[in-house]
Amino acid sequence: METINAIPLATNAEGYLKNYNEWTKEWAEEVAAQYGITLTEKHWDVLQWLRQKQAEDVKLNIRKVGNSGIVDIKQFYELFPGGPLKISSKIAGIPKPVSCI
Amino acid sequence: MEAVAEITKTKPVVNGVKDKKPVKKVLIICSKGKLEDVYAALVMANGALMEGIDAKMFFTFFGLEAITKKHADHLHTATVGNPAFMPGLPTVVAGLPGFEAFASYMMTREMDKLEIPHVTEFIQMIDAAGGEIFACKLAADMFHLKKEDFLNEVKDIITVGDMYALAEGDGTQIIFI
Repeated sequence: METINAIPLATNAEGYLKNYNEWTKEWAEEVAAQYGITLTEKHWDVLQWLRQKQAEDVKLNIRKVGNSGIVDIKQFYELFPGGPLKISSKIAGIPKPVSCI
Repeated sequence: MEAVAEITKTKPVVNGVKDKKPVKKVLIICSKGKLEDVYAALVMANGALMEGIDAKMFFTFFGLEAITKKHADHLHTATVGNPAFMPGLPTVVAGLPGFEAFASYMMTREMDKLEIPHVTEFIQMIDAAGGEIFACKLAADMFHLKKEDFLNEVKDIITVGDMYALAEGDGTQIIFI
């Protein structure tokens, strides 16, 4: 029953959390599991960084994540395979990124 | 019913809807060495990788300039023979010595403002994301370029036949620039 979130938070049609403040770690783990990702410490570091940048109203792109000092681009792709910025943003409970880079 | 519909909306759309046939791989052929053409190729390759789409790049003819250690970060935009560049500007003016370099500098500066990486960094990003970059053998022979002339991320110098092999598999699109 991976189609139904055990923790029903309001999301948009693509599954991005509507209210960034409602985010919980349990919810993040559940969304990550839908992508076959088990969150490790490194994942959490990235997610926290993304949330922090969102709080600072920084427009995110892959390059910025690569320069974050937390992961390089290669590690970022390894942590969140199949579209790292979109997937990590969704798990982090922040809006879908709009960057082309 | 409505409640169920609301809940199922939370399902992540991983690879698009099932019965649609998503693009799985792109092979982007870059045959031009102008700043804007090279960036079009790089943005599309990187954009594909960001979406979880496999990306291969094949640089040929003047496109090879973009992957040489010497010129990758010094590409120019054409100010002559480019009607969309500053419409109304007389060709004689656009052709003045240094004008093209100046225009290219201005364009690069605008791209810096948008945080668009320089060519070498862009290629590193694509490589780190699992994209693969190749040079065309025929063009490399023609311009007397060897493996060591190319950026380290360039995987190999290959024939046109090898290039088509890169595009194998369902859901591959070939894009020519």
